[in-house]
Amino acid sequence: MNEMQKLKFYQKGTLTVGNRLVDEASRNVQASLDRSNSLTCGHRACQGCGEALGARYAIDAAMRASNRNLIAVNATGCLEVFTTPYPETSWQMPWMHSLFGNAAAVATGVAAAMRVTGKPATRVVAQGGDGGTTDIGFGCLSGMFERNDDVLYICYDNEGYMNTGVQRSSATPPTARTATTPPLGKETGNVFGTGKFVPKIAVAHEIPYVATASVADLHDLEAKITKAMSMHGARYIQINVPCPLGWGAASHDTIRLARLAIETGLFPIFEAEHGRITHVRKIRSQVPVVEYLKLQRRFAHLFKGGVEDPRVARMQAIADRHIAEYGLLEPVAGAA
Amino acid sequence: MLEQIEGSKAMAKVIGLCRPQVVCAYPITPQTHIVEGLGELVRTGDVQNCEFINVESEFAALSVAIGASAAGARAYTATASQGLLFMAEAVYNAAGLGLPIVMTLGNRAIGAPINIWNDHSDAMALRESGWLQLFAETNQEAADLHIIAFRLAEQLSVPVMVCVDGFILTHAMERIDIPDQAMVDKYLPPYEPVQVLDPEDPISIGAMVGPDAFTEVRYLQYYKQQTSFRLIEELSREFKREFGRESGGLLRNYEMADVETVVVAMGSVNGTIKDVIDEMRSEGLSIGLVSLVTFRPFPTRALQQALTQAKDVIVIDKSLDTGMGGPLASNIALALRDLAHAPKMHSVIVGLGGRPVTKAALHRVFRQAMIQPWEGSHFLDLNDRVIAREIHRRGKARRSGPAAENILKILESEREAAIIPTETRP
Repeated sequence: MNEMQKLKFYQKGTLTVGNRLVDEASRNVQASLDRSNSLTCGHRACQGCGEALGARYAIDAAMRASNRNLIAVNATGCLEVFTTPYPETSWQMPWMHSLFGNAAAVATGVAAAMRVTGKPATRVVAQGGDGGTTDIGFGCLSGMFERNDDVLYICYDNEGYMNTGVQRSSATPPTARTATTPPLGKETGNVFGTGKFVPKIAVAHEIPYVATASVADLHDLEAKITKAMSMHGARYIQINVPCPLGWGAASHDTIRLARLAIETGLFPIFEAEHGRITHVRKIRSQVPVVEYLKLQRRFAHLFKGGVEDPRVARMQAIADRHIAEYGLLEPVAGAA
Repeated sequence: MLEQIEGSKAMAKVIGLCRPQVVCAYPITPQTHIVEGLGELVRTGDVQNCEFINVESEFAALSVAIGASAAGARAYTATASQGLLFMAEAVYNAAGLGLPIVMTLGNRAIGAPINIWNDHSDAMALRESGWLQLFAETNQEAADLHIIAFRLAEQLSVPVMVCVDGFILTHAMERIDIPDQAMVDKYLPPYEPVQVLDPEDPISIGAMVGPDAFTEVRYLQYYKQQTSFRLIEELSREFKREFGRESGGLLRNYEMADVETVVVAMGSVNGTIKDVIDEMRSEGLSIGLVSLVTFRPFPTRALQQALTQAKDVIVIDKSLDTGMGGPLASNIALALRDLAHAPKMHSVIVGLGGRPVTKAALHRVFRQAMIQPWEGSHFLDLNDRVIAREIHRRGKARRSGPAAENILKILESEREAAIIPTETRP
């Protein structure tokens, strides 16, 4: 390992363990010179894009876990558009895009083809944004779960239809402003819903593995991808990926927002196997949701004129409920 | 081997002989027996090395087939009617990506009003989706067309829809010659994809294409279809050599020597039409038939050659474009336009939603075309009295109610009137 690599992946001023501080075996895939660079440079993601970062780490980890014997299926969305403006592609791996709502089903077909054409070692991932996963692709996703097809589905959750210009998805949190929420109700902001949380629905399918992850903890993200790839059957990982454009946040705040989403309790980090939660990432101390909301213009209407809107309490209640439901603040009992 | 067998079961057997590697099954009447039959063949091991996947919708059925085909497997599915519309986005996608999937369409009407019986509305709705569309006349041809379809699809790298009249063919018991495996293997080599998802040779499939290249991509699809006519004919000739019977091709002529009146139709209705033509010819009338097998690509030149001597062309449509008329008639009209002595065209809409197409009705309409032709579309066996009553009723009240239910009520009242003598009614 050369000096450049060590410096490049040391994350200064964060709570994340820098690669330089851990032994070589524990360093992440991305820190390695032999990483596959599956999503290579030159793509057209926005500055500070959480999805590009999440996808890069997730797919490289999956490539390593499969000995680079991996095929990716992509739903329509930002990730698809910014990586493959014809005739260019940023994918250094076999990659396919079919439609917005069918990535899970196409991946099922690819996995079936691998079995019948004598390539059982070739693994399959499907990936999409929250719109392609929790809304339009939900039928195909649930079908893939129910059949327990040998597919790892990765959802990059940025809580809205960002590719089409920031419209509301079923994963958009309540009170958030999007391009399609102003007509709903008297006040700006998403009036209904609790932000459909598909990981919980995935757990209810009792599939082999479900996990949530965040671009604020890339070691954990890689570890979960690696674990998922060590298993067969339907697996689901939802990664919280802040969107500077859609959230109205500074592009240098992507990691900070992702971390605040965890520490407020808004985005619980957990793992589940066969319908049971097996591991929860604890929070050292709960951060009030205000600190998370105030960094984003999509929540700016909640703090107009220096007065805190009562709806902030609704967001705090969601965070508190997650903390109670997943035991995010309870002391760690025994080994994790 | 000759078997007395249901059309769907025969198709399942022959599709099985084509060695499909991924079969996606989702039930919709009237195609369900085909995928059930294939499931049974996979279970018994008669079809080996095949993934039989129960999906949660038609959209998923074709999407799974898309993934399987792009990953190098021979993929098959079947659908009908609402199912085809539900998967419409994937239908266009499979064609745009150039994936040689074969799909059986058990032709069925499209609602509303909901109707499970046969017509060609489903196939016509997606005639511009980029798939080749072949129409079977008999159950023997329905079975045979699948062998040809896989060969054609894979040679061109274009998906092929085999259109089979629901119930009339899918549920009919007939004597069908099921070929043996060696014959099918000889005709249909293993699938060799032109593009494949392979970690050894990674490519991206399904990129975003802008105005700079989209026209070229679409033109190449058009070019491929427009240059496939000879291949479709060759594959039919080769099929005849190997299997000893005629199936497929662009179109088939029946009693076409020096005829003045020519009927053009697709699918199983050609059987009834042939009987009517035999009877009319025995009376000395000059009438023949062009049975169209390939609807997409539309064989304009072959049709022009077949119809060049005709004075009158009667086009039988089993579907209706409510804003235009018969879709087949619209296509034929374009083909006739460029003939030096363009024949008169007479459009007939028949068999919507499974209405029987009787010999008597065909006799009447063919004669009428010869002696007293009509303008626009003629609807075979249309119940004019019921239509008049409903139009009259609508004129009287704004809230006239749902059309389908009203028509059924009128029919019921007419039936009652026919059964119960007027004087005994209360």
